Amino acid sequence: MARELWKGNIAIAEAAVRAGLEAYFGYPITPQTELLEYLSMRMPELGRVFVQAESELGAINMVYGAACTGVRVMTSSSSPGISLMMEGLSYIAGTEVPVVLVDVMRGGPGLGNIAPAQGDYNQIVHGGGHGDYRPIVLAPSNIQEAIDLTMLAFDLAEAYRAIAVVLLDGSLGQMMEPAEMPPLRPLKSTYPDWAVRGAIGRERRVLSSIYLDPPLEEEANLRILRRWQQVEANEVRYKGYYLEDARFVVVGFGTAGRVALSAVRAARAEGIRVGLLRPITVSPFPSRVLRELADQVEGFLVVEMNTGQMLEDVLRAVEGRAPVEFFARLGGVMPLPEEVLDEIKRMASTPLSVDGHPRERWLQRMLQPA
Amino acid sequence: MQTEIVIAGFGGQGVLFAGQLLAYAAMDNGLEVTWIPSYGPEMRGGTANCTVIISDEEIGSPIVRNPQVALVLNRPSLDKYEPLVKVGGLLVVNASLVDRSVGRRDIQVVMVPANEIAEQLGDRRVANMVMLGAMLANHPVLSVEAVVKAMEAHMLSRHRNLLPLNVAALQEGAKFLAGQLQSA
Repeated sequence: MARELWKGNIAIAEAAVRAGLEAYFGYPITPQTELLEYLSMRMPELGRVFVQAESELGAINMVYGAACTGVRVMTSSSSPGISLMMEGLSYIAGTEVPVVLVDVMRGGPGLGNIAPAQGDYNQIVHGGGHGDYRPIVLAPSNIQEAIDLTMLAFDLAEAYRAIAVVLLDGSLGQMMEPAEMPPLRPLKSTYPDWAVRGAIGRERRVLSSIYLDPPLEEEANLRILRRWQQVEANEVRYKGYYLEDARFVVVGFGTAGRVALSAVRAARAEGIRVGLLRPITVSPFPSRVLRELADQVEGFLVVEMNTGQMLEDVLRAVEGRAPVEFFARLGGVMPLPEEVLDEIKRMASTPLSVDGHPRERWLQRMLQPA
Repeated sequence: MQTEIVIAGFGGQGVLFAGQLLAYAAMDNGLEVTWIPSYGPEMRGGTANCTVIISDEEIGSPIVRNPQVALVLNRPSLDKYEPLVKVGGLLVVNASLVDRSVGRRDIQVVMVPANEIAEQLGDRRVANMVMLGAMLANHPVLSVEAVVKAMEAHMLSRHRNLLPLNVAALQEGAKFLAGQLQSA
């Protein structure tokens, strides 16, 4: 298969089609709109379902309904639109039906702006809808990964009856890179035994997120938790760069991770032994590898495009075994490799402090530039 | 080996297309490439720019503070990018729309009257191709031939009649060579 030049949003849309997407429901919002626009052309061409809903609330509840029939279904949006979908996502999680969600993050909170940011990490990974559930969250950092992880999201959502989120920022949505698109998979012809597709000739099935009897809800919570334990045991993914002899390890996901890669290479060129760990699944989080690295390295540098949301997960994984530092740009400002390089150089040339919180130390440095 | 190229001008001057063409040529030559536009509200009528990064390994940051190459198609873009080009880098200036000379002496500078050349060729819209030709003639990242091939391979069939004009524009631009840097 030859490489073609794909724009992130469109690459994800086509990858979903190739994965067997049968129904898409969405509402336009920058910097994600090309995804919906492309599917508005592509889905009808294939005789599949495309609906531009009246709102994000409408879209996510259409997704909920379609998911109950056992077909592959997806929606996509950007940060403020994702917020509007949270109630529906909780119902989807509570009903244990598989759904793929794409969040092309922009600057916030609130209306914010349309520039790239990573401020939705907590909303997607740790929160969002009410109740006890965890989505699988895949964080691509280039267009090939966006394609591959979109395909994977459908498989994982189905395997674990879970919500699988492809989490990226606006720069990846708008970027073009060469990538290989996998062949079109045939649509499903068999459906899981929970799907509701007409009950003629069989016992009726009920899909719902309502369990009025608390012990039954407890049972449902435990069922969801056990599936999550399987996800944690089987689905952690990350990519390491130059880790073998690394004194320091930079940790970043998505675009922040690839910006850090440039900084790591520049630092290596100056003789600083530094590596990069780029989580590909931010949920389940690659805690074990971080804990292992913590016993080998002199320190970590977490780089994000938010105020340190993944940082808390890194701290939890490292358990104080090594110093952790933090660097971020916020609100739609992208970090530059030079800025991350300066942090790496500072870590390599000065004793690392473990006083206070890394976020606090970062703020101090930001307010009092050297 | 990595080369970063910024192309900047007014919306409508074809800066995004020129960058995409470079990206296609890089891909067809087996290289890694990242094309990223500025996609803010300024797309509508104001300035537009894109960054193209070409490399022989996995590309890190999609944006750079100091590009090796800048193609500036108007005065605001010259003012913005002249100070940012890496020392020893290349600055290609659309002399048709710029009313000042370039101050820096530590970079290669090519002044190209791209609009006039495009108009002589019969279509002012190919000024972007004139600029791209000038860049290719002065930087080894890709050849003019590679970009012509990419255009032949990826141009939509309904635009195919525009191919000779675009090739001519690239070739006219490629006649402009920068002087050697004096001290570097």
